[in-house]
Amino acid sequence: MLDFDAGKYAPYVWPAYALTAVIFTGLIADSLARARRWKRAVAAREQPAQEAPPN
Amino acid sequence: MIAILTNPQRFMALSAWAAPTLGAIAAVLGLTGLWFDFIAPPDYQQGYTVHLMFIHVPAAWLSLFVYVCLGAASFIGLVFRAPIADAAARAAAPLGAGFTFLALATGSLWGRPMWGTWWVWDARLTSVLVLFLFYLGYLALQSAIDDEAKASRACAILALVGLINLPIVHFSVVWWNTLHQGASVFRAGGPAMPPAYLVPLLTLALAYTAAFGSLWLVRIRAEVWRRRANVLALRAAG
Repeated sequence: MLDFDAGKYAPYVWPAYALTAVIFTGLIADSLARARRWKRAVAAREQPAQEAPPN
Repeated sequence: MIAILTNPQRFMALSAWAAPTLGAIAAVLGLTGLWFDFIAPPDYQQGYTVHLMFIHVPAAWLSLFVYVCLGAASFIGLVFRAPIADAAARAAAPLGAGFTFLALATGSLWGRPMWGTWWVWDARLTSVLVLFLFYLGYLALQSAIDDEAKASRACAILALVGLINLPIVHFSVVWWNTLHQGASVFRAGGPAMPPAYLVPLLTLALAYTAAFGSLWLVRIRAEVWRRRANVLALRAAG
């Protein structure tokens, strides 16, 4: 069975897991936000060129 | 491989499915690893701090592995001018800094109850701190130079210089008398730990590696789009 008891070491174990969760969440959120932001920027900058009437 | 590195379209097509696939693999391995982690019994010497080893060691391995990727991408970008390689180097640095920070922080949280100190200036800890400073230096240099081509060259040279530190980190526990213990998984005679600890450790190490692979691809894709957006903006302005 799962045992979440960390005994007297809880003040060291849980902050380490919390910090790991925070760093992973931050890296995932930042990576996805960057990708979304620049994908949209490309789409927005490509659109006017496509909609412009031919010379 | 070279075609993928030199051809952004091929890279984007391949990474469009590789990034989410690796992300899903990382999630499954991560949950499996955590399950093995919390069914493992407390160690007869370390007690429940053994849980710290399962997240500290993979972070420490990844801090080195990501730097190898950063160095290789920098070399290919510098020598062969492969556009994806340059983007890959830029994309790897923040991830490497994150893993190295985790290795230092979780190591410190293990050190306090086990060694009686948060930090010692021994060869392993100091060389990992130097590795972290190389990552931060890379990121600082990148943002300090406005000309992107110059910034990439300068950062690539800095990354290659930093490669010297990797064998120092790895062999520090052999070359010097350190408080940090020596290798206990990859060593002559096999791993010095029972399967109850080896399984969660290796499962979480694979999860960290897959997570890095997925996030690296996502960030390289973002970098390719960023460059494309800048080219389009310049074209529109001209």
